[in-house]
Parts: sequence; structure tokens; C-alpha cells
Amino acid sequence: MISGNLINIAYVFAAVLFILDLKWMAHPKTAVKGNYVGALAMLIAIVATLLSGNLEFHYIVIGVIIGSIIGAIAAIRVAMTSMPEMVGLFNGFGGGASVLVAGAALVAAMTSLSSGEADTQMKVATVASGIIGSVTFFGSYVAFGKLAEFLAVKWKLHLWQKIIKYGFSLITAAGMFWYGYSQGISVLSGIMMLSGVVIAVMLLNKKGRFPGMDALKIISAIAAVVLGVMVVMNPGNILLFWVMVGIAGILGVILTLSIGGADMPVVIALLNSYSGLAATATGFVINNNVLIIAGSLVGASGIILTKIMCKAMNRSLANVLFATLGPTADTPDADDVYKTVKSTSAEEVAMLLEDAQHVVIVPGYGMAVSQAQHAVRDLASLLESKGAEVEFAIHPVAGRMPGHMNVLLAEADIPYDKLREMDDINPSFPQVDVAIVLGANDVVNPVARTDPKSPIAGMPIIDVDKARTVVVIKRSLSPGFAGIPNPLFSMNNTLMYFGDGKKAMQDLITAVKEG
Amino acid sequence: MDIFVTALTIFILAIFVGFEIITKVPPTLHTPLMSGSNAISGITIIGALLLAGQVGNPHLAKMLALFAVIFATINVVGGFLVTNRMLKMFKKK
Repeated sequence: MISGNLINIAYVFAAVLFILDLKWMAHPKTAVKGNYVGALAMLIAIVATLLSGNLEFHYIVIGVIIGSIIGAIAAIRVAMTSMPEMVGLFNGFGGGASVLVAGAALVAAMTSLSSGEADTQMKVATVASGIIGSVTFFGSYVAFGKLAEFLAVKWKLHLWQKIIKYGFSLITAAGMFWYGYSQGISVLSGIMMLSGVVIAVMLLNKKGRFPGMDALKIISAIAAVVLGVMVVMNPGNILLFWVMVGIAGILGVILTLSIGGADMPVVIALLNSYSGLAATATGFVINNNVLIIAGSLVGASGIILTKIMCKAMNRSLANVLFATLGPTADTPDADDVYKTVKSTSAEEVAMLLEDAQHVVIVPGYGMAVSQAQHAVRDLASLLESKGAEVEFAIHPVAGRMPGHMNVLLAEADIPYDKLREMDDINPSFPQVDVAIVLGANDVVNPVARTDPKSPIAGMPIIDVDKARTVVVIKRSLSPGFAGIPNPLFSMNNTLMYFGDGKKAMQDLITAVKEG
Repeated sequence: MDIFVTALTIFILAIFVGFEIITKVPPTLHTPLMSGSNAISGITIIGALLLAGQVGNPHLAKMLALFAVIFATINVVGGFLVTNRMLKMFKKK
């Protein structure tokens, strides 16, 4: 056993290294080192903890081995296009861990004869950890399910999607039902059983919205807080704590279920922040400073990203969480907007590119779906070898999580200094010969500038319409997440090149080489 | 109450530090920032380890803590590894 002071010094050291990790994230050159330092900090904190007292190691070893295997496999195998799903899911593990630690701490404090009564800080923090953690866990599962396209969708699912979807619902319902039942029949155990069923039914629903959703959202939020107060006053009743966790789970599901695809980057960032705050609350439960510091850093990071995402869509967080984006009565009819659409071919675009000096590529979620990033890199290198300047314009909410496009282009070996931010590149569009929009829609819709009644009014966009020629690569004229037509597609200087992103890019490369 | 005030002070100061340093992270690194900070939020593992290993803790508390250890380890190991995988791809011309 090592003295408490030494352990605490190790924790402080770990906290400093966590701060350095995030500080070094400020530049791609230092970020790799930063990440190593973060991992080292975690190792130091873990080793210090293991040396801190009279611990039995068998559960610890089992847990660490199982967790390491799952974590390593996930990290090595995940495709870069699936990073949003992975981060979404991992936020949930953080939240889940906080709930379980809070629950375990409560059970331990209540049954331990030596410690006696738990103090107020511990009780309040346990409640906070339980509520935030549960909202994060269930909210993240829904975010994962929506990103992996097996929750709140009407189409037919793959077998693995069905297994996760029905399996999770079944385990949740059965687990909460069994636990409630095992505690004897009472009002409280009835609520426990009911919440399990409610969560399962909501998760099996094929639509993102259902009647009474808003009412249930408010009721579950109030109920979770009321139950939280009851737990603080009566911490000996463990069932009460789990009922609170269950109700908070309902809240987490509803908060995320109704949110549309366009708002996914905001939700992931917000859940990221929650997972940090849950860790902070757990730090207050066990009175551990390194948890409080590390959790706060993550909480702050998530909040900043959430703010950036909201600003990039010109919407408030409340608007993202409580309203649905979609066409209104004022939205013009797609057939009218698309009367003058001109379709083009690979050969025609190749001729345009032949003479172009300055080409800007604007990637969107469609590039990720068709895995076109490597083909994009080939086209860019080809054009550069012919003397053109090729750059990439990245909208902050392009893709399904902050920075999604940047990671995909980095994967394809495109140097990060070729990636330009929206505000930085917008003034140069009048000098751009050809702008290629690849699988992006709402983020290049000029309606955001021109029509104050549009659902995306005021959203900052990439000004591709100001380029000499715009080539839009897209499978069809179907609308983006916002569900509104895009007049860019029918503008005089726009050519529509219909097709799958990757195939279109490859055909274009062939045409440029032949031309 | 002393311990609480100290903890609260640390919490508030850490939030400020977080805001200051994370504002400087460029948009191109926002995805690795999220996965990296996700790994850091796995710090809950400390609490999980203490509760899973404490001699004399009731069986229920240990079982809950075991699952907490698994969840938090997935976060830590998976988070740092995948962040490393991503960051290594970022190259300058």
C-alpha cells in the first residue's frame, strides 16, 4: 500500500497530462503526441488506483480484459466512414459506466456498517451521475441506431441490425421488468417494470416521432428530478435509484429519437459533453479530483463543439432539441424549381476541367456513403499534375459529426492544408473555375441567403453558386436533410452529373485521362 | 463541507481550462478531438476499479462495478486507439 498523498500526487500529474493532451490537439503535428500523453495519463491514474489500497483483483482483471478486447477490436476494425457511429456508441459506454459506478457506490455506502450515513454531497452527486449517465447511455444508443440506420426507419434491416435492435429492446424490457418484479409488487416496482416496456416500445417504433412524445418528454424530465430528490432523502431505497435511472432512460431515448439526420452532429457533440459531465458527477460521488478534472475537460469540449455546430446551422440548441427541421407551406415546389436543370456527362465535365485553373471540391455526406474519398484524391492529383490548383471546401456540419469530412480526406492522403474552412474560402469563389459538389446539398443551398422564410434561412453556406461553373454530383434531385429543393441545381452555371459518387469520380478520371 | 468546496473549486477551474484550450482546436481535428475526449471520459474507470476491488463491498456493488469496469475500459482502450489511428492519417503536403 502506498500513502494517500503519493496517490493524489499521481492523480494531479495525470490531470496535468490530460490537459496537455487536449492542448496538443490544437495542431495536427502535435496531436499524435497529445493522444499518447492522454493514454499515459490514463495509465498513471489506473496504476495509482490499483496501488491505493486493499483491493481484490479478480473482478478488475476480468473487467479490464473483456473491455480491452472489445475496445481494441472496435478501434482497429471500424471504417473511417463509420466514425460517427463509433463515437456515438462510445459516448454511451461512458454514460453507462457512470450510472453503474453511482449505483455501486450507493449500494456499498448503504450496506457498509463502518461508513454509516452517506453525506449530502455523495447523495446528490449519485443522483446527478445516475440521471446524466442514463440520459447519455440511452440517448447514445439511439444516436448510434439512427446513424447505423436501424432505429426509427421503415425499410428492411440486415440481420445484424435486427439482432441489435430487437436484442437491446428485449434486454432492456426484460431486465427492468425482472428487477422490478424481484423487488416485490409496489407502485415503485410497477413504475420500474412499466419504464422498461416504454423504452422497448419506443425503440421499436418505426418513426422518429409519435403522438404524446412532447408530453412524455416533459413528464419524464420532471419525474426523474422528483425521484432524484426522493433518492437524496431516502438513499437506503436502492429500487428508488434504479427507477430514477429508468425514467431518465425514457428521457434520453425521447430527446434523441426525434432529432433529424441534419442535426446528428449537434447531438453527438452534446452527448459527448454529457458523458464528460457524468464522469465529473461520479468524481463528486467518490470524491476524486482526477475524475472531476478529466470529466470537466470533456464536458467543456462537447459544449464548445455543440455551440460551433449550432452556429454553423444558424439554429439555437433549443431549436435543435425541440423543433423538427422540414419544409413549410412556403417551401416552393420541387418541379417548379427544377424546370431548367441541365444534366451533364463525364466527358463534358472533363473538358471543363481541362481548362480549369482553380478547382474547388465540396464534399458532403454523400462522399462518405459512396466511399468516394480515394477516387476524389486520384482526381485531385490528376488535375494538379495538369497544373490546376485543387482545394477542398469543408462546411462545419458536412457529414454526420464535427470534422467527419476532414478525417475521410485525411484517410485518402489528402494533405490537411488543402482543406479550407467555409469562411476562409468563400471570398475566393468568384475566381474559381469549377466547383465540384460531391454529395452535399443543404450546405450549398443559396436559399439560406435569399429566402428568409426557408427552414435553413440564415444558415451560413459554401458559396459555390458564385463559381464560374458548378458541377453537382448526386444520385438524384432528392432533397437533403432539410427536405427542401435546392435552386442551385437549376442555375445557369450549374451542371448536374447524376450518379453514385465513387463511380462518377472514377468515370471522370478516365474521361480526363483520355481527353 | 470543506471537501465539497474544494471539489467545486476544482470543477469550476477545470471547466475554464477546458474552454480555453479546446477553443484552439481547429475544425479539421474535431473528430479526433471527440474520440480522444471520449477516451478521457473513460476516467470513470477509476471509480469502477475502486468499487469492483474494495474488500468487503457487497456482492451487488461489485457486480455493478464489474460492468462499469468493462464499459469504461472499452471507452479508454477503444477511444485512444481509434484516435491514434485517425491522427496518424493527417499529413501536410
